[in-house]
Amino acid sequence: MKYDNVQPEDLNWRCERCDCDLVVGPVAATYMNNRFSTELPYCPMCKAVLIVERVAMGKMAEVEQILEDK
Amino acid sequence: MDQQSLRELEKRCIQEQPPECVAACPIHVDARAFVGHMQNGAWDRAWKVLRATMPFPGILGRICDGPCLARCKRGQAGDPIQIHRLEAVCVAHPAPRHRVMPLPSKGLSVAVAGSGLSSLTVAWDLSRKGYAVTLFEPGDRIGQTLISLAPEKISREIVEGETAILESLKVVVKTNVRIDTNDFIDDCLDHFDALYLGLDAIAGDAWNLDWDAGGAIAVTPKLQTTGMDRVFAGGTHGDASVSPVWRCVQGRWAATSLDRMLQKVSMTAGREKEGPHATRLYTSMDNVEPAPMVVPKVGDHYSDEEARKEAARCLACECLECVKVCRYLEAFGGYPKTYAREIYNNAAIVMGERKANRLINSCSLCGLCEAVCPNDFAMQDLCLEARRDMVARGKMPPSAHDFALQDMAFANSDRFALARHAPGTAASSHLFFPGCQLCASSPRQVTQVYDYLREKMTGGVALMLGCCGAPAHWAGQAALFSEELARWEAQWIGLGRPKPIMACSTCLRVFKDQLPEAGAVSLWEVLETTGIPDGDVDLSNGPLAVHDPCTTRGEPAVQAVVRRLLDQTGVPIEELTLGRDKTECCGFGGLMQAANPELSREVADRRGKLSGSDFVAYCAMCRDNLAAVGKRTLHLLDLLFPDPQVADPAGRPRPGWSRRRENRLRLKAELCRSLWDEKSVDDRCDHEAIELHMDADVEALLDSRRILKEDIRLVIAHAQADGSRFRHKKSGHFLAVFRPYHATFWFEYTPEGDGFRVHNAYAHRMEVLGP
Repeated sequence: MKYDNVQPEDLNWRCERCDCDLVVGPVAATYMNNRFSTELPYCPMCKAVLIVERVAMGKMAEVEQILEDK
Repeated sequence: MDQQSLRELEKRCIQEQPPECVAACPIHVDARAFVGHMQNGAWDRAWKVLRATMPFPGILGRICDGPCLARCKRGQAGDPIQIHRLEAVCVAHPAPRHRVMPLPSKGLSVAVAGSGLSSLTVAWDLSRKGYAVTLFEPGDRIGQTLISLAPEKISREIVEGETAILESLKVVVKTNVRIDTNDFIDDCLDHFDALYLGLDAIAGDAWNLDWDAGGAIAVTPKLQTTGMDRVFAGGTHGDASVSPVWRCVQGRWAATSLDRMLQKVSMTAGREKEGPHATRLYTSMDNVEPAPMVVPKVGDHYSDEEARKEAARCLACECLECVKVCRYLEAFGGYPKTYAREIYNNAAIVMGERKANRLINSCSLCGLCEAVCPNDFAMQDLCLEARRDMVARGKMPPSAHDFALQDMAFANSDRFALARHAPGTAASSHLFFPGCQLCASSPRQVTQVYDYLREKMTGGVALMLGCCGAPAHWAGQAALFSEELARWEAQWIGLGRPKPIMACSTCLRVFKDQLPEAGAVSLWEVLETTGIPDGDVDLSNGPLAVHDPCTTRGEPAVQAVVRRLLDQTGVPIEELTLGRDKTECCGFGGLMQAANPELSREVADRRGKLSGSDFVAYCAMCRDNLAAVGKRTLHLLDLLFPDPQVADPAGRPRPGWSRRRENRLRLKAELCRSLWDEKSVDDRCDHEAIELHMDADVEALLDSRRILKEDIRLVIAHAQADGSRFRHKKSGHFLAVFRPYHATFWFEYTPEGDGFRVHNAYAHRMEVLGP
């Protein structure tokens, strides 16, 4: 599952703890026993993944709905 | 649910039963659809409806005697729709183009004697089925008897125009044939596989057939068989001697019998619905204004305009009694019969999308459909069973009910739940159980009522805080529901089985159904016995419209006592059109509000608009759900135990989810402190001391996303302890994340004073595992 869910402005967020910029790469996610990978920003040091509101309330909610009805 | 139960259930919904006109018509013309098109002046479409069942509409449409009229429902409020006259208007318009695709030849031949309506029908029906039909006519042209039947309506041109189609179906017409002899029959049987005798056009006195006592050729009704093998007849018996459509239908029945005989299948099976039959369709005549038929200005024939006006009187009979009163049933575009099928398919699906999940989870389970259905179709039973099945198979979407179940878990945790005898007593004759939502909505009134009950009742009144388990019941979580009930029962037994007094009608319903031995009674019944507190009620807002909670549908005594209490307060009341046993859900019930918040708002909004007066409800959820859409609504307790700190209780907004939780925490803490001089177990965790600041719009956003301040405090506490968070380069905002249970919460904030300013929060259920 791949969709265009990283916008340039998302990279204005930095990892505060590691004091570094985020990078974009494949990130694993799971829901209702389905596992998949998608491109998301994360901290290259501590690997914390950023989910911005647009993604959480948009694509992610959509995919959750689809998987719930599967 | 198995196939058989599905069919039983489907049968109970009568929406697809034919209307009276269609059931009454011997050939079942879809008169409802036809009249609908006539209303719009859609002559071509009307024509096509006739053609779907009617042989030679240009002929029959002009002379049909309309046996349907006697059963038309419009006749109960005015005159029946003049369907036969409308047919004549329709077929006076040019026939739309039309191609007949006959089935491939069966290699079987049929002889048809005569060219009356019955014979023409046989020729038409059988030639399309691939039979080689030969029509024998004693005169020199076919259809002469039809013209003589109604020369003012049927001309030679019409007959020729209509029967021309037989030619394209390769029907062979032989004219000037001597038919009225036994040789004719013998000849036909030698050369054809079967024979039809159209008695509406030929006398047949010389035929060597069986005769009945009345002196007519003996024909088995409906099968149209004669005593002679392979010979069928029709066209004179009963109504057929006078009614064109009856002549036609006897030909049709004969064609069916003949076809079945030649195909060597049962001649009788599955023919019950042939000819006029009863229908179970119910159509309400409430609010139908009487309207007389349109009288033709000239002669007996309607003009186009007159026909449209006449057709506009049609009631377009259908049931939809439940859909008319239920926004939920309306919203999904069908009716119980189609929903039963969708719900059945939803469970049966192996791969692919379960399209009915939302349908199943959006029902308020209020039972209004059953109350208005002529056949007691109970959508709530269907949906609840489907939910239980989904839960059992692990197919329930977590998003539907998780929030409500979490709320129930909170209400039944030590943080809120409580079971105590009144201070200074060790036994109780009664028990006050306010229910979780009244405590969430109006905690002060809970305290007031408890004080009042202790003052007025002897024998001791214990107090129990908690949730009755209804959310688990509604969510289809049967095991969880049993657990919650067992927990409640254990506490109740621990208190010595005092008689429970319920402030919430849902709790009352739950305990009456599940724990009848507890003998639960409504607070309102108790207050009638103790008498209501003295006090002046503000009558300035005019009459109040009584909103009965849907869970009182089976409790007429409770509904009555509420009206008597209202009467005692002196406030004038107004009854809603849908009240008492026909009351509607406020939009919260059955967890509709959790599973489909948009629909819940629509339901509440529609309910509120039933009256311009302020409502008075006697369920905290009803009050708050109606208030949430701006409907001014009082709780009965606002009249009996007015809160001096609330100036306009009807205008009080619905407390948000966070406030509801805080109200309950505070209520327990306060009761523990003031009545038992104790600290509540949960008088505040560390993180609950975290101070949050937010604007009203952010607060509303969080409430709509069902994110509690408590959740946010968890996120902050976690971020503070762990140091993990994001920071925005430009705004300087922090973004922290925490997954306390199966939802991940994100919280955007900046420190402010000793606390934090909330800029945004959102959540998702999907779990992010990492790169």
